[in-house]
Amino acid sequence: MSLPDPQFNAAGTLQHFIDLQGLDADTLTRILDTAEGFTGINDRKIKQVPLLRGKTVANLFFENSTRTRTAFELAAKRLSADILNIDLVTSSTSKGESLLDTLRVLESLQCDMFIVRHADSGAAHFIARHVAPHINIINGGDGQHSHPTQGMLDVFTIRRHKGDFSNLCVVIIGDIKHSRVARSDIAALTILGAGEVRVVGPKTLMPSDVESMNVKVFSSLDTALKGADVIISLRLQKERMKNATVPSSGEFYRTYGLSPQRLALAKPDALVMHPGPTNRGVEIAGSVADGAQSVILEQVTYGIAVRMAVMSIIMGNSDAMSASRISNNTTTTDAQL
Amino acid sequence: MNSSPDKIYDRGTVTQWLNGMVKPLQQRIATGAPAAIIGIRRGGVDVAQYLYTALRAQGTALDENMGQLNIAFYRDDFSSMGLHPVVGASDVPFDVTEKHIILVDDVLGTGRTVRAAMNEIFDYGRPAQITLAVLIQRTDHELPIRADVAGQILCTNPGEYIDWDADTLQVSVGAKS
Repeated sequence: MSLPDPQFNAAGTLQHFIDLQGLDADTLTRILDTAEGFTGINDRKIKQVPLLRGKTVANLFFENSTRTRTAFELAAKRLSADILNIDLVTSSTSKGESLLDTLRVLESLQCDMFIVRHADSGAAHFIARHVAPHINIINGGDGQHSHPTQGMLDVFTIRRHKGDFSNLCVVIIGDIKHSRVARSDIAALTILGAGEVRVVGPKTLMPSDVESMNVKVFSSLDTALKGADVIISLRLQKERMKNATVPSSGEFYRTYGLSPQRLALAKPDALVMHPGPTNRGVEIAGSVADGAQSVILEQVTYGIAVRMAVMSIIMGNSDAMSASRISNNTTTTDAQL
Repeated sequence: MNSSPDKIYDRGTVTQWLNGMVKPLQQRIATGAPAAIIGIRRGGVDVAQYLYTALRAQGTALDENMGQLNIAFYRDDFSSMGLHPVVGASDVPFDVTEKHIILVDDVLGTGRTVRAAMNEIFDYGRPAQITLAVLIQRTDHELPIRADVAGQILCTNPGEYIDWDADTLQVSVGAKS
């Protein structure tokens, strides 16, 4: 028998946000609807709501990331939570302290939520299984496994522009094999019923299990782009070139770079997306990244609202569960995920 | 589901309640800062729309845009109930600063929704004045908040529900089940 999904608590509501696999369309849609509610905050004099007042969120970054850490930090602040940024790349873990010891220390600091970023696949999962029951975990990216809030902000951006997913053709280009963004995008799009998801890239950068991922695999970018509504270009990490998985950045651009000429093969209103940071002239032309069809900077902005939604939903769920325990009230709270 | 209603107020009666709100609102608007209407989602937006149309038809000076609030992010029961479903964002398409805000809801019960709505309004700016207008004011309040203009006051206890249907303009009252 498999273990129960650690993302759900005893009340059956979402307690952690680690992986999109195992979640249903209603859950994802609720996150998107909630995020929609948070987007209006940018138009106000006071860009903050009081939802998580008195809560403490800790960014546990075992791997460097300025963008994701900043986005979570801002999301927590806009929800009125206190946030601690704990740089574990250069901290006690490198002095030999075990992950579990680190966790116990952070629990003792009375934190309510950990955002975990780790180079090892499964790290957030491991922490969720071993953390004190009142703490919520959000996966801020683990190894090559999952980056669920990036997946959610990508589908949020797509929904804002295209509305319904059912007739959409989404093309994901580049290093599918090592990309947790690609995995989370594919999961989110599949759960939300996207019409067709295509992946294209060099054979060396295709995962061995790509056939089971519910996508259509292409080797020619020109063919893959025909009829595309959404194009997601992935960052090509420099180390892929160092270990000769791809020949050179120039060669990669010639074969798989999103150039203006290639973009013209997609539908005229196709969206251009990229999780950032972009390597201009490697996976995407600068003029395409800055062009009229690009929503790359919108993705960054929407990332705040989407993370606010995830944080407030899961923290609300665990609060509601402990409140119903305390009150000895046997009636379950309604309307929770 | 709630039980079947003990009492129903028909369209004619509820229309009278709504129309009865117009004159006192006009009097308040005439003496204050430039006025604008904000409805609390969802029922309050329907009442706000009715009042907006009626007031504008009579030439009352009113901001041409109407705002709406979704107070889910300001509710005081987050720590016991979690986040309520969010359907539609708040949208206040004018500057509330130095305005006379006509805050509209369908039913004023505990007063907690209005408290949340006022907190949210102040995150948009500092209004000169807020007038609270509700179609129905219940009597089982929990906070010291009362409407300035109420279409009707109904004596209720916490065990009773009041529903209003914006399409049929019908109000029903019954025991919560």
